[in-house]
Amino acid sequence: MLSFEIRPQPSRAMSLASPLLALALTVVVAALLFVLLGRDPVKGLGVFFIEPLATRYGMAEVALKATPLILCALGLAVCYRANVWNIGAEGQFLLGAISAGGMALWVTTVGISLPRVVLVPVVLLAGVAGGMAWAGIVAYLRDRCNANEILVSLMLVYVAQQLLNYLVFVPWKDPLGFNFPQTKTFVTATLLPNLVPQSRLHIGFAITLVLVAIFWFFLFRSWRGYQLQVGGLAPAAARYAGFSARGSLWLALLISGGMAGLAGAMEAVGPLRQLTPHVSTGYGFTAIIVCFVGRLHPLGIVFSGTLLSMFLIGGELGQSRLGLPNALTGVFQGLLLFLLLVCDTLIDYRPRWRRAVPAHHAPSTPAQVPAGGAS
Amino acid sequence: MNEVALLFAATIASGTPLALAGLGLLLNEKAGVLNLGAEGMMLVAAIAGFAAAFHSGSEWVGFGAGALAGMLMAAIFGWLVIWLNTNQYATGLALSLFGAGLSAFVGVAYVGKKLADRSVFELPGLVQLPFFGDAIFKQHPLAYLAMASTFAVAWFLYRSRAGLVLRSIGEAPDSAHALGFHVRAIRLAAVIAGGALCGLAGAFLSVVYAPLWVEGLVAGRGWIALALTTFATWRPARVLAGAYLFGGVTMLQFYLQSEGVQIASQLLSMLPYLATILVLVLISRNPTWIRINMPGSLGKPFYPGS
Repeated sequence: MLSFEIRPQPSRAMSLASPLLALALTVVVAALLFVLLGRDPVKGLGVFFIEPLATRYGMAEVALKATPLILCALGLAVCYRANVWNIGAEGQFLLGAISAGGMALWVTTVGISLPRVVLVPVVLLAGVAGGMAWAGIVAYLRDRCNANEILVSLMLVYVAQQLLNYLVFVPWKDPLGFNFPQTKTFVTATLLPNLVPQSRLHIGFAITLVLVAIFWFFLFRSWRGYQLQVGGLAPAAARYAGFSARGSLWLALLISGGMAGLAGAMEAVGPLRQLTPHVSTGYGFTAIIVCFVGRLHPLGIVFSGTLLSMFLIGGELGQSRLGLPNALTGVFQGLLLFLLLVCDTLIDYRPRWRRAVPAHHAPSTPAQVPAGGAS
Repeated sequence: MNEVALLFAATIASGTPLALAGLGLLLNEKAGVLNLGAEGMMLVAAIAGFAAAFHSGSEWVGFGAGALAGMLMAAIFGWLVIWLNTNQYATGLALSLFGAGLSAFVGVAYVGKKLADRSVFELPGLVQLPFFGDAIFKQHPLAYLAMASTFAVAWFLYRSRAGLVLRSIGEAPDSAHALGFHVRAIRLAAVIAGGALCGLAGAFLSVVYAPLWVEGLVAGRGWIALALTTFATWRPARVLAGAYLFGGVTMLQFYLQSEGVQIASQLLSMLPYLATILVLVLISRNPTWIRINMPGSLGKPFYPGS
């Protein structure tokens, strides 16, 4: 009989193996799903796990879509480590896109002629400010009014989406855009330069990798990052040590809002070059999965961000090559997070295979147990 | 027909799914389990209900399928958080994300499909009343079920022995365990019952309220229902009142639009979400008030025999 017993201490090896185990299980379930849908499972899995990496262009696309995921997840990791449950990265992402897009649109309309080196940082910083402001609302309401950050940050996602809709449908609509809900295309001076020629990959990816290193340093080598995590793990200990819980709340939310805003800005002045109602394809929500699968660790997030970016591209390829609905990506994403949570049980518990004791071998009455024996 | 009466009727209709889901989540939370997966359960139930109603031609088969789908999703969640002691926040989020993906995937085949005409239900006699007839007594049967469930849940929680046990498990699981109650099994039962009500709410949205399927049909109502339990300080009657309040805010935007108010529709669509934030802020301003009313073990795992 299989039973689970508690480990003397949580297994470090298992905490690294659990995401891989979850991925393996997701692949198995995915293969079964392809069979159920009447598709060749080998071909189906190939579309998700091999084809995105098969060509140079494909790899650039994986990196392109991994960029917003990694950025949002880095910020969320700080939040979750501080035990602040920001689940509204999607809204902060949209506000970043709105602020950066608005700035780029203004530059385009007014016709400011400044070099790219000046304009691109200004536009990106506008995005960061937008995301921070949106997360700042959550921090303020949590701090001053004790309002639950989960619900407030999520409600603000819907508000942000409606705000974006309003802007692209009414005041910012391109007058020459055949009445489509979209802005003008931004001038080249505001757009992110390319990183790899003949691809859509922009320098945002390089910035992201630098930020990964900065976040690693902040979390594991800085005093402020340490305070933040103590506050998350043991609020009472943090209070006793004099670490400000309010300060951590604000810092975590502003960092994660700023990162999501930066991701939104890069999307607007990166591959999109204009604002439409569909700026985000759920990056902010997928980033939550990226964050957990990456073990809230900057390096882990790079791997999980790449993996989930492959899921996104696999979904698109599956649609064009195999005629599968693109929504399959969402199923795999959710499944991965679910299976991860199941596998994480193995960090604290270990499975033991015990043979059931046949009835006649077991002591039938307590009297047969030797006196003084352990009972 | 009186315009105000119509607005009233629309308010009750749009408050019904919130009330059903809110009551379900209230049962969860009274047992100490916080299910952030409400949105996902409602989405999966909405598409399950729509598909069942579409193929069978009966809306009641749709409601049954929705409730079953909700229970199944809730059972998965329950097994994870109650037996494997996974983090309730993360597991609930996983349920919401998975539900969004699964419903979008299954729903592709049902976009743009139409259901057979649904039944019109009028309470005989009462519907003749001048104002209230139109406002209250011309609703879908589920709207009355939501009202009846409010009383049923209130009676169960505060007047029945089983309800007392449920509340004791939510307040102090260790004490309940010491008294010999099976904390895990009872929590699972509460979670599954909550899933059934959330499922019914989801099916109501796709089969009666919309009635159609689009991706993301639930549009945050699961999260608003979660906010409702806090808003109601965990009292059933206040959940119902809150549901109608939010239903009214949702209807207000359509009313303002039809009255020709010069505000863009996109900005008016923000109203229910902004109202949720506002209400949360107002109710949470007094932390003691929340702490007194909140079930003591809400969101905390329980390890028997530790």
